[in-house]
Amino acid sequence: MDQSKLVVSPSPHILAKFTTQKIMLAVIIALVPTLVASAIIFGWQVLLLTGVTVGACVGFEALYCLIMKKPIPVGDLSAIVTGLILAFNLPPAFPLWMAIIGAFVSIVVVKQLFGGLGFNFANPALVGRIVLQLSFTGAMIGYTYPASIGGADALASATPLLAGQSTQVPMIDLLLGTHGGVLGETCALALILGGLLLIFGKVISPVIPVVYIGGVYVFKLLLGLGAGGALGLVAWDSLAYILSGGLLLGAIFMATDYVTSPYTRKGKVVFGLLLAILTVAMREWSNMLEGVSYAILLGNLLVPFINVLTRQRPLGVKKRAKEQDAGKGAA
Amino acid sequence: MNKKKVSNLKVFTNGFLKENPVLRLVLGTCPTLAVTTVLFNGIGMGIAATFVLICSNVVISALRKVIPSQVRLPCFIVVIASFVTLVQMLIKAYVPALNESLGVFLPLITVNCIILGRAEMFASKNTVGASALDGLGMGLGFTIVITLMSFVRELLGSGTLTLMPGNDALTFQILPEAVAPMSILALPPGGFFVFGVFMAIAYFIERRRGKDPEKEACAGCPSAAGCAAKGACETNGA
Repeated sequence: MDQSKLVVSPSPHILAKFTTQKIMLAVIIALVPTLVASAIIFGWQVLLLTGVTVGACVGFEALYCLIMKKPIPVGDLSAIVTGLILAFNLPPAFPLWMAIIGAFVSIVVVKQLFGGLGFNFANPALVGRIVLQLSFTGAMIGYTYPASIGGADALASATPLLAGQSTQVPMIDLLLGTHGGVLGETCALALILGGLLLIFGKVISPVIPVVYIGGVYVFKLLLGLGAGGALGLVAWDSLAYILSGGLLLGAIFMATDYVTSPYTRKGKVVFGLLLAILTVAMREWSNMLEGVSYAILLGNLLVPFINVLTRQRPLGVKKRAKEQDAGKGAA
Repeated sequence: MNKKKVSNLKVFTNGFLKENPVLRLVLGTCPTLAVTTVLFNGIGMGIAATFVLICSNVVISALRKVIPSQVRLPCFIVVIASFVTLVQMLIKAYVPALNESLGVFLPLITVNCIILGRAEMFASKNTVGASALDGLGMGLGFTIVITLMSFVRELLGSGTLTLMPGNDALTFQILPEAVAPMSILALPPGGFFVFGVFMAIAYFIERRRGKDPEKEACAGCPSAAGCAAKGACETNGA
């Protein structure tokens, strides 16, 4: 018998064609429409800022692994995705040195110190954004008017979420992204296009974004109706509400990170609903305008518990045995 | 506690890195996280806690044959609390600024786990001299960590270094005004960030020196000296 054809290996024996590299490449492609839209809306400095964060992320990852004598994982493209998403969370006129600090936090502190890709407890770009937000609050909320409509590109303007002004930004501006905000959150059409690419390319499951965005819509609708608004008006306002702020960017690109989202379908539904409740609660009843990033961070931290509690029962196994098993997993 | 004689030098240097109370035993984290926003606080808290630690170690070691083991914890706490009261009175008299900026964390030295932990793990089983050395070593280990942490947090979080609040000659603006400080480091989450990074560095250095707790079991474990289940890790093959 020809020994070379008998390969003895542990399971799994059937492997999908997806590799980390291909998945990351797909995410990069899905992020391109948003980058292009952002560059058209805010001008060339967007490309510079994005280039700096991507370069810094890749550089820090290579440097860290070089110092720690680990294999350099730059080829899996995940640092590029982190850099892109981090840049999308920054306002266009953000100082470059601050962006580099954000990249350092994302890659070294959140990702590599915990063991690299697959071991990070939260989305690296998300924590980078939150650290920058808490450190340089002034620079992080210095939104600029898009050059195309505002003229002077250093004029600060309010994000559409600024208390009670949600309806003042016309729906067409929300869709096209011609209003103040961070790089990647303004152009809803480009984000939705990227999301559809990922969903139809079977890179991400549609469950989390759909439940998350739908949940926010329903909760806002119920809140509006509870406050005595007319159905048609409230429905329209709620639509503007989900297109404003970082919700689409967060729901499509950050909440769906493989490492930091639940792996069962039931778990994904729970995760999406949790994020929706947290986001609406923070937007409505806290002193912050936007709660998407904090909601996703808290959700990330709860993912191990969601995974244990929503474990699927193998066919034919009695419920009692499953619960014991889940108890063991939690311990 | 094994009967093997541990050299005095070893007792003294244990607290620096191998059994560093904050980074390796993870004791006394509350003052470490809470007061390290200003360099002045870090140094002050370190010295105050070191003083209490040495004194309480000596007294508890001297009384170790008198204290009944059933009520040892209340006895330890009474001894520690007396010295904390003493320290607080001294600080109020001579460095009122420190008393003001440490606030409630000064009387809370009483319940600092490092001091009770050393009383239980070391002073109640060793001679007076060794206990004094242990207190000094552990106290210095704590002071070094808490000073470095407040140095990093104040430098990056506020851009300044304060050796004495209210005294312009001893307060330095290190980062230029034009560079915005990372204010998160002065906030509670920043305390956890810096603490985590310091712990990672301490673990890294220990592992480089061949003391990996995951592989060496008790030989590499900082809590081995006071561990109730000593040796259990080795037999479990963890």
